[in-house]
Amino acid sequence: MDNRNRRLDIALTLGIAAFLLLPWYRIEGGFLGFGWLAGFPGEAAVAPGILQIFGSGRFWLAIAAALLAVATAARFVRDPMRRGTLLASAGAAGVLFLTLQGLAIGFSGWTWTISETLFGALADGQPSMGAGAILLSLVFVLIFSFGLAERGVMKGDAFVVASIATLVFLVAIFVFYPVGSMLVGAFQDFDGSFNPDGFTRNIQDSSIWSLGCVVGGERCGVAWRTLWLAIMTASGSTVMGLAFALVATRTRFPFKKGLRLLTVLPIITPPFVIGLALTLLFGRAGVITQGLSSLFGVEPGRWLYGLTGIWIAQVLSFTPISFLVLIGVVEGVSPSMEEASQTLRADRWRTFWRVSLPLMKPGIANAFLIGFIESMADFGNPLVLGGSHGVLSTEIFFAVVGSQNDPSRAAVLAIILLCFTLTAFLAQRYWLAGKNFATVTGKGDSGSHIALPKPLSIGVHALVIPWMLFTIVIYGMILFGGFVKTWGLDNSLTLDHYERAFSVEFRDGVLAWTGVAWNSFWTTMEIALISAPLTAAVGLLTAYLIVRQKFAGRNVFEFALMMSFAIPGTVIGISYIMAFNLPPLEMTGTALILIACFVFRNMPVGVRGGVAAMSQLDKSLDEASLTLRATSFRTIRKVILPLLRPAITAALVYSFVRAITSISAVIFLVSAEYNMATSYIVGLVENGEYGVAIAYSSMLIVVMVVIIAGFQLLVGERRLRRENRVAGVTAPSLPLAQEKTA
Amino acid sequence: MINTRAGSVVFQNIKKQFGSFTAIHDLSLTIEPGQLVTLLGPSGCGKTTTLRMLAGLEHPTSGKILIGGKDVTMLPANERDVSMVFQSYALFPHMTSLDNVAYGLESSGLKKKEAREKAEEGLKLVGLAGMGVRLPAELSGGQQQRVAVARALVLEPQVLLLDEPLSNLDARLRRQVRTEIRDLQQRLGFTAVYVTHDQDEALAVSDRIIIMKDGVIAQEGSPRDLYEAPASAFIADFMGEANVVTCDVISVEGADATIRIGGLEHRVPSRNAKSGPAKLAVRPNSITLEPASDAAFPGRITHAAYLGDHVEYEVETSTGRLFVVDTAVERSLAPATEVAIGFKGRGIAIING
Repeated sequence: MDNRNRRLDIALTLGIAAFLLLPWYRIEGGFLGFGWLAGFPGEAAVAPGILQIFGSGRFWLAIAAALLAVATAARFVRDPMRRGTLLASAGAAGVLFLTLQGLAIGFSGWTWTISETLFGALADGQPSMGAGAILLSLVFVLIFSFGLAERGVMKGDAFVVASIATLVFLVAIFVFYPVGSMLVGAFQDFDGSFNPDGFTRNIQDSSIWSLGCVVGGERCGVAWRTLWLAIMTASGSTVMGLAFALVATRTRFPFKKGLRLLTVLPIITPPFVIGLALTLLFGRAGVITQGLSSLFGVEPGRWLYGLTGIWIAQVLSFTPISFLVLIGVVEGVSPSMEEASQTLRADRWRTFWRVSLPLMKPGIANAFLIGFIESMADFGNPLVLGGSHGVLSTEIFFAVVGSQNDPSRAAVLAIILLCFTLTAFLAQRYWLAGKNFATVTGKGDSGSHIALPKPLSIGVHALVIPWMLFTIVIYGMILFGGFVKTWGLDNSLTLDHYERAFSVEFRDGVLAWTGVAWNSFWTTMEIALISAPLTAAVGLLTAYLIVRQKFAGRNVFEFALMMSFAIPGTVIGISYIMAFNLPPLEMTGTALILIACFVFRNMPVGVRGGVAAMSQLDKSLDEASLTLRATSFRTIRKVILPLLRPAITAALVYSFVRAITSISAVIFLVSAEYNMATSYIVGLVENGEYGVAIAYSSMLIVVMVVIIAGFQLLVGERRLRRENRVAGVTAPSLPLAQEKTA
Repeated sequence: MINTRAGSVVFQNIKKQFGSFTAIHDLSLTIEPGQLVTLLGPSGCGKTTTLRMLAGLEHPTSGKILIGGKDVTMLPANERDVSMVFQSYALFPHMTSLDNVAYGLESSGLKKKEAREKAEEGLKLVGLAGMGVRLPAELSGGQQQRVAVARALVLEPQVLLLDEPLSNLDARLRRQVRTEIRDLQQRLGFTAVYVTHDQDEALAVSDRIIIMKDGVIAQEGSPRDLYEAPASAFIADFMGEANVVTCDVISVEGADATIRIGGLEHRVPSRNAKSGPAKLAVRPNSITLEPASDAAFPGRITHAAYLGDHVEYEVETSTGRLFVVDTAVERSLAPATEVAIGFKGRGIAIING
């Protein structure tokens, strides 16, 4: 009982403090600026909840206070079951009430007409929630969890119940609420009133759905173009990925190590950089275009700008991902199957077509769907190469930022895009589930894979070698491009671009960051550094709950989390703007919204990595720790985390790097104060400043390589003296492949 | 010094469901302080679930659990006064054996120094003094097992739970370690609940054995009771092999009964039997075979296997096939030999179920 009272006392104290000592509403200048201390508690804008009730006529907040009082009273109830029930109901009612009042009462009174007719008009509205309101909401979530735990839910483990409740609460706020707001946004006018005109107009728009290109008219609608591009990209990257995987495992190709290196590239390459490099090669001023034109007199064309160019860039970008997925599949086909086939008098050709390839089929389908989703979600390459032939993700962007400024259209396009990707995600999840033949049995399959039939071997080499060279040339361009004065016009070497981006000066003995890139560079680093540990923590905690705890709705919980990964960044970006621009939560233009976006977008990666690593830890280790009087929090800290160190490293590095390289959601959320490197580079590209853009990009790549290497050195080593004898704890690699496959 | 506070265990009408599957039906049992009680049964009988409910790793669907007279039904595992030795030992691979043993002490709020001193004592108790610096991976299987026992014992629990503690050891070591565990239990006098599916192990270590089947208690009693007076064919067969045959009870005189099987009459303990047809459990080594062509209870050998210190026979009779173990290895009966079947004095019991 002591333990129970102690944690409850802490929660209640926090709740009362939230009500009495913190400004209830959002502070204009920012909470952490502490400018509010001057006016606290008397000024209405910074007053705590208690004074808002009495001083500013926000009487409805008294209900929250009353619910907190109920919880405090429940502390003194003797009967544990009744006490638990009371706490849980007070907590649940508190969360519900705070959410409802936040949604229902906006700046100028009721936001819903139904509540206005029910309760009458309000004299005054309320601003967005501030520190006090948010803290109290969390306290209610905790009280709710403690109540459930005392009633014996999750074997009475308060930490586990509180973690689940808090995660569900956060995911609801940062994933479902924004997506929901976006859906609602499709039916709203600028002022927020219900107006289906925008929706009906846009959903029937011929520029989205036209089938002109098929029936002989002009161009097809953007939805069909995007779909077509996604199918082509998925096919292309799957074929290339399979060819690479076959070369890596079934031939005597001399540069297999180099092939493996390829797999790191997509992790560290900002998504639009491939497109950028392609323009330097094949664009109108590109090296090759210019070369061809001067040699053969070919007119420099604009063929690169459009679906063809995007397709090439996407296949280049996603082949490594497809390779990563497929190499596991190709290696996973048991050699003994192939050997059995050979002893049954099948030749290599027949063995490959009748045994090996059918066994790989589910993996190939998986790679295809991943390529499909990636292509749909890709924003960087279409932005750089799309020109006027946009795809859905870029159209969404231009619908908000361009001259159109039609949020309803953006919402409709986002809904269409979301439907495509979710369909592919569901197909991947249900159609392919359990169809994987290429499983490792742990029986220690001996034997070796047979070589490919000769014609096939020649075929895959013919695909792989040119593509590899092409990739090397592309990356060479990226690293080298920053040193060339003006592409195509003046190919003399220069350091100007780097100087412009990254110059530093000593002024009056103080280091001054005079380069144009520094501002966004440091912002990026700061935000990535803050969000990486948060992402890893949230992701691993979720993984722990999914793997180790059984609770009602666990599958739904896991599914909802994984689904957030299938939501394209552009959709997340647009939905965050729509959700967090007005009360009850106002975060646009702050660093917080970027951090929240990264944490909840990248968390599934941490979850995947954590789930994979944790499934390898014997469950009896946790149970042993519990029976040795440790709480589950102590168990996580002392037993699970130390054994998960490789997974933690991977999650940290991955979320850090993703925060640096991502663009699609970020471009909606950056502000003048918090500009990120990627969106700054895209801005440079739009202004035609390719030199600086490419210099900045290659700088980012170098920084990421250094950081990844540093991380590995720092936390990579585990202190198990005889690591190889610790059964069942193996170091997973960066979880990129797992992240999309399962 | 490691003290013990032997506590009692009471299960009152415990029921446990996993979804629609009922693992335990209405289980009630009492374990006296200081006893070593074994839960024995085939896999899936609910013995491990019972142990895990006692540990707090599972919570019962209904019913009450008392440890040392205190209701612990709703308490989480880390707040119960029991500790457990796991089948896999579950030693934390990243901690030395001393840290492993000290872990529970530190969790209970002991100062680091005290915890280590006490952990040293625990290791000494199981004969591993000075091995504290080693990682689990650097210990042999038997040593790991002892660390696991020490780790559980230093908490001085009211009840020590052992979940198939010997199953990861090889046969020779198993005998030695089970003797050590029993010695330790007798010396320190703690209450212990021991789960196993191996009846030899159960017979060797227990004060009392509870045999479970399909989520209910099939029979409980002392090892001798269960072996010599099994309540059902299942128990007779589970506690060492038994031939279950039908016989006729001719007469009952007090504690003794006379039965007839084939043409043979024999006296056995009556165990409340009534006259009429009944079932008889006969241990394989309680049957005698003599070559004979015309006997009261005749049989014919169908298989014979020489196993060094005994010969195993299968004998075809009028009541079915009998499995016989004969220690007279110098005389081997060939298949197809006609034999006269007789019974020894012990190892034969009328069963009611």
